[in-house]
Amino acid sequence: MVRYLGRRVLYMAATLLAISLVVFVIINLPPGDFVTALQAKYNQQGQGLGPQDVENLRVRYGLDGNLVQQYWHWFTQIAAHGNLGMSFEFDKPVAQVIAPRLGWTLAVSLITLLVTWALAFPIGVYSAVKQHSIGDYAVTTVGFLGLATPSFLIALVFIYFSVTWFGSVPSGLCSPEWCDAAWNLGKLLDLFGHLWIPMIVIGTGGVAGLVRIIRNNLLDELRRPYVTAARARGVPEGPLLRRYPLRVALNPFVSTIGWILPLLLVGDIVVGQILSLPTLGPILLGALKSQDMYLAGSIIMILSVVTVIGTLISDLLLGWLDPRIRLGHQR
Amino acid sequence: MSMKSAPVNDPEGVAPATGGEERRTRASQRTLVWWAFKKHRLALVSAWLLAGMLIVIALCEFVAPFGDRHRDSEYTTAPPQVLKLWDTDGPDGFQWGLHVDGYTSEQDPRSLRITYEPDPADRVEVGLFVKGEEYELFGLIPMDRHLIGPKDMDDPMYLFGTTTDGQDLLSQLVYATRVSASVGIIGVLVAFLLGIVLGAVSGYFGGVTDNAVQRVIELIMSVPSIPLWLGLAAALPPDMGPVARYFIITTILALVAWTGLAREVRGRFLALRSEEFVTSARLDGSSHGRIMFRHMLPSFSSHVIAALSLSIPGMILAETALSWLGMGLRAPAVSWGVQLQDASKWSVLSGAPWLLIPGLCVVLVVLAFNFVGDGLRDAADPYKH
Repeated sequence: MVRYLGRRVLYMAATLLAISLVVFVIINLPPGDFVTALQAKYNQQGQGLGPQDVENLRVRYGLDGNLVQQYWHWFTQIAAHGNLGMSFEFDKPVAQVIAPRLGWTLAVSLITLLVTWALAFPIGVYSAVKQHSIGDYAVTTVGFLGLATPSFLIALVFIYFSVTWFGSVPSGLCSPEWCDAAWNLGKLLDLFGHLWIPMIVIGTGGVAGLVRIIRNNLLDELRRPYVTAARARGVPEGPLLRRYPLRVALNPFVSTIGWILPLLLVGDIVVGQILSLPTLGPILLGALKSQDMYLAGSIIMILSVVTVIGTLISDLLLGWLDPRIRLGHQR
Repeated sequence: MSMKSAPVNDPEGVAPATGGEERRTRASQRTLVWWAFKKHRLALVSAWLLAGMLIVIALCEFVAPFGDRHRDSEYTTAPPQVLKLWDTDGPDGFQWGLHVDGYTSEQDPRSLRITYEPDPADRVEVGLFVKGEEYELFGLIPMDRHLIGPKDMDDPMYLFGTTTDGQDLLSQLVYATRVSASVGIIGVLVAFLLGIVLGAVSGYFGGVTDNAVQRVIELIMSVPSIPLWLGLAAALPPDMGPVARYFIITTILALVAWTGLAREVRGRFLALRSEEFVTSARLDGSSHGRIMFRHMLPSFSSHVIAALSLSIPGMILAETALSWLGMGLRAPAVSWGVQLQDASKWSVLSGAPWLLIPGLCVVLVVLAFNFVGDGLRDAADPYKH
C-alpha cells in the first residue's frame, strides 16, 4: 500500500508540474503581456508611461528575461508565496478575486456531488435488478437524453418554464433580503431554494453517466457464477444482492470522484453564466473574453488541481477498497 | 467491454432468420457485422437519420428556403408558421394548395415590443422547387431553385419562426447543421489520426514508449477539458476570419479529444501483439509499419469505427457549448451553439420558445451518433458467439 501511495503521489506531482506548464502557455498565448495591457490603459487615460516605468514594471512583475525565466518567476511566486499574479480587470491580486468565490464553487460542486450519488445509486441498482422492466427502460431513456443534452440547454429549458410559470428566474444563490444576513435557518432555507436549479442543471449529466456505469457493473456482476451458486444454495435475493454484487458495484462511486468533479466544475461555468452565481465560472469566462490572463490561467489551474487531487483521492480509496487494483501494478 | 445492450444477449445469435447455418458460415465478415447491426433497431433508425442529415448537409443551399445572409427586418422574432395543405376559410371555401398563414403585427404601447401572430386571412402561397435566392450548389453549379419556399420570394415563410435579427430559423438551422456536424466529424478524423498513430506505437512497441505516451495521455485527461478548450480558444485573435476560426477550433477540440481513441487503439494493439499472425508477419520480414497498419489494424477496424462514432457526440457537444459561451465560432458563422446564444436572454426566450429548436437538433444528432456507435460496437465482433 505504501508503494502504491508513493507512486500515485509521485504521478500527481509530475502532473501538477505539467499542468503549470500548460497554464503558463495559455497565459502567454495572447499577444502582449500584463505590462503592455497596463500601458494601453494608461495611454487611454492620457498619462503615458515612460520607457523607464515600463522597464521597472516588467522587473516588478517578473516579465523581464526570456520565457524560461518568466516561467520560473511565475512558478516560484505561486509555490512559495501563493501569489497568483495581478488581475487586470479587477485591479486586484488574483488571489483576492478568487478566494471568496472558490468556497461557493466548491460548496455547490460538493453538494451536487452528494445529491448525484444519492440519486444515482438507487436508480442504478433498481434498473439493473429489474432489467427489461418498464422502469428500467424509462431510466435508460432518460439517461440517454441526459447524456445527450448540453447542460446549458437544460438550464435554458428550466428558465423558460420558470418564467412562464412563475414569472421570474431565481438567479444568484440568495434572495436580496438574505444576502447580507448572518447565517441562520432562514438563510439556509433560502439558499436551498436557490440551489436546486443549478444542482439539477449541473448534476443531470453526472447522474445519467453514473447510473449507466452502476447499472452495467451490477449487471456484469449479477451474471457471475457465484451469484447463481448462492441463489442455488437458497440465499434470499435481498441479502444475496447486498452481501456480494452490490459491494463490487460500489467501486464506481469512488472512481467517479476523479471525473465527476471536473464535470461539475465545468457545469458551473455554464450555469453560473446564466444564473449569475457567485462562483468561479462566470469570472473565468469574463477573464478569458477580456484576456485577463493571470486571472483566467489561475482559475484553470485551480480547477485542474482540484481535479488532480480528486483523482488522487479516488485512486487511493480504490486501492484501499479493492486489492485487485492495489496489487495489479506489481505483476 | 463491459457494456452490452439487450439485442446482443439474444440467445438466437447473430444469424438472421432468413439464413441458415450454411449462409452464416459463408458470409463475409462485413455481411455478418451488417446482420448484427440490423438487429439493433434504434441504431438502424439512427443510421437513416444521420444519412438524411448528410444529404441535407451536402445540399444545404438547396434545402434551406433562404440564404444564410437573408435577413428580414420586418419580421423579427416571429413565431413558427404551420404548413397547411388545404384552406377551408378562404374566399372560395375549401381550397387545395400548400400555404402558410401570413403575420399580423401588434405593438405593445408600453414596451414598444412588436409581437407577431399568424393571420389566417393572409395566405402565403408555398411551393416545392420554387425560385428563390441564387446560389451555387457544391460551389460549382449556379442555381436558384429551393426545395421549399414562398412562391413570391418576398413573402414571409418562416416554418420555424425567425430569430431576433429577423433571420429564418429553419434556413439558419440547415446551415448550422453543416457547420456543427462537420466540426464533429472532421474533428474526430483529426483526433483519429493522432490517436491511431500514437495508440498504435504505444501498444505495439510497449516498454518505455508506451509509458511515455500513457503519461502524456493521463496528463491531458487530468486537465478538465472545457477550461482547457476555453483557454486555448481565448488566444485566437478576435478579427480572425470565420473559415480560419472554424479550422482552428476544430483542431483545438481534436487536440484534446484524441486521448480516448488512443487508449482504445492501444488496448487492441497490446492484446494482438503476441498473436501468431503478428509473429509470422514479423518473421516474414514485414516492416513495423506494415505489421501495424496492414496486418493488425484491419482485424479490429470495426471497433475503431464504433469508437469513432461514439466520440463524435462529445465533439459536437463541446463545439456547441464553446460557441454558446461566445468562445467558439462566432457570427456570421452559424452553428447550433451560435444559434442558441439568441435564446440565452430570458426576457427573449420567454416569448420565443422556438429559439430552442437548434437545441432539439443537437440532442437528436448526438443521440443518433450514440446509438449508431452502440450498435456498431455490439456488432463489431460477429464471431463472438
